[in-house]
Amino acid sequence: MKQNKKHTAKPIEAIVHGVFLVAGLITVGCVLLITVYLIISGLPAIKEIGLIPFLFGKVWASTAKTTEPSFGILPFILTSVYGTCGAIVLGVPVGFMASVYIAKLAPKKLKAVMQSAVSLLAGIPSVVYGLVGMLVLVPGIRKLFNVPDGASLLAAIVVLAIMILPSIIKVSVTALEAVPKEYEDASLALGATEVETHFKVSVPAARSGIAAAVVLGVGRAIGEAMAVMMVSGNAANMPGLFESVRFLTTAVASEMSYSGGLQRQALFSIALVLFVFIMLINAALNFFLKRDKEA
Amino acid sequence: MNKKLSPGRRAYTAGMKALMYASTAAIGALVLLLIGYVLYRGIPNITWKFLTMAPSILNDTIGIWPDILNSIYVVIATIIIVLPLGVCAAVYLSEYASNKRLVSIIEYAAETLSGIPSIIYGLVGMLFFCEFLKMQTTLMAGALTLVIMNLPTVMRTTQESLKTVPQSYREGAFGLGAGKWRVIRTVVLPGCVDGVITGCILSVGRILGESAALLFTAGIAHVVNGFFMGLKSSGATLTVALYIYAKERGEFGVAFAIAAILMLLTLIINLSAEAVARSFKNKRRI
Repeated sequence: MKQNKKHTAKPIEAIVHGVFLVAGLITVGCVLLITVYLIISGLPAIKEIGLIPFLFGKVWASTAKTTEPSFGILPFILTSVYGTCGAIVLGVPVGFMASVYIAKLAPKKLKAVMQSAVSLLAGIPSVVYGLVGMLVLVPGIRKLFNVPDGASLLAAIVVLAIMILPSIIKVSVTALEAVPKEYEDASLALGATEVETHFKVSVPAARSGIAAAVVLGVGRAIGEAMAVMMVSGNAANMPGLFESVRFLTTAVASEMSYSGGLQRQALFSIALVLFVFIMLINAALNFFLKRDKEA
Repeated sequence: MNKKLSPGRRAYTAGMKALMYASTAAIGALVLLLIGYVLYRGIPNITWKFLTMAPSILNDTIGIWPDILNSIYVVIATIIIVLPLGVCAAVYLSEYASNKRLVSIIEYAAETLSGIPSIIYGLVGMLFFCEFLKMQTTLMAGALTLVIMNLPTVMRTTQESLKTVPQSYREGAFGLGAGKWRVIRTVVLPGCVDGVITGCILSVGRILGESAALLFTAGIAHVVNGFFMGLKSSGATLTVALYIYAKERGEFGVAFAIAAILMLLTLIINLSAEAVARSFKNKRRI
């Protein structure tokens, strides 16, 4: 790449073009690599266990010695779904209200401060969230609700709700700021108050972007592993608010280091299931973003 | 004007305002409390010895020097590889690519990559780099996994800043008889430095904060090594060490000390990213 010819010779142009093309295609290659690897390593266990017993089996006992080991991941799927829904229910209203304030009402200085605060929240490593959750939230839940162990689905939901806030706020604020000023002026001229204008004109105009923000939050929540692993208790129970639970992500992470044989393959299958979820979420995200661009 | 509002509308306005204030205040308080709590619990545990020693089972002491080194090695190795790749990919997309379908495929791939959770990167990194390419559990395997993870970030920030290089600069250079590669080298690339730097800072932040992808690819050893030896051996970065000390060994003091260090690093990284963005914005205006 460090050719220093005085006059541009044709071969160099071709070589450089080729180098850039290859670099551009690397992302495509990585996606293919990940997809192919997950499918190849995830399918054998599903074939051996059977798709229905694997997806809808209620018992996960991968290391059972006395009885036949059982590989049902319904508890993990449901935990991931409930955990994500819970995080959305808690996080979205707060994030949404804060985004409207940051995008529309906040004074310039406060807006800058809040935006740095949100980026900071996004930058904090997930293990730090996990650590604080482990030592503050878990004992707190134990005392507040008088349960034997605070490491539960509820603790995971709270941590996830906090962790998805930055994604939700950043994308919603961008969407709200892109609403044409004329819409708002028209509404104000018709006699609506500022707040009414923001909620009844700006928010509907930015709804695709806000939907994308929520979907992005769903993706973050369902894919988070370390923080959840530190606060959720990590037992393969069916989900309950105060039950010690295991997510799809933590199921993979917690057994990977000592697994072998069919158990290991089953972990890859769990990752494949998680990957399918993520791909669906990505498709939804693209749908909303595209509609936002067209609107 | 407000006096003429019906009570219902006035209540709606007041209620929505209260909810907005409350949510924003809650988030602000949350950030302050998080930072305060972690620093309060962590900083008293940070001593010079703690920072500069390796953990010793004989003396029963814990030091995080090897973890600091490992973090630095992974950051350096990842950035060295991901920067050229990401910048070249971005240049291809905005300067060369004429096929619209190819562009949308590459962009879709980049978006997909940025949505994949780190645990899946860790798994595929383990299967591909550690097992298929026989690199074993090493920092290098971890760094390569992180390269894939950070590629979309560098690509996106570079692309954004390439868009701000005025088309007339390129036309001027072409008009003077420069070839495409010369135009890119002398006009386009210098114009997108800010995007490259921003991408670099964001990637460093992500690498320092990453744990799930490194747990299975880079391992958990705490040994002091040189750079090249370090890349060839297994090692825990600061985040992975935090996880191990907190979850598996119950050493919460150590964990909070590492958390405080990570928190300070996050603060520094965020501030410098903002500073870079601001300084380049000012330069553009002149």
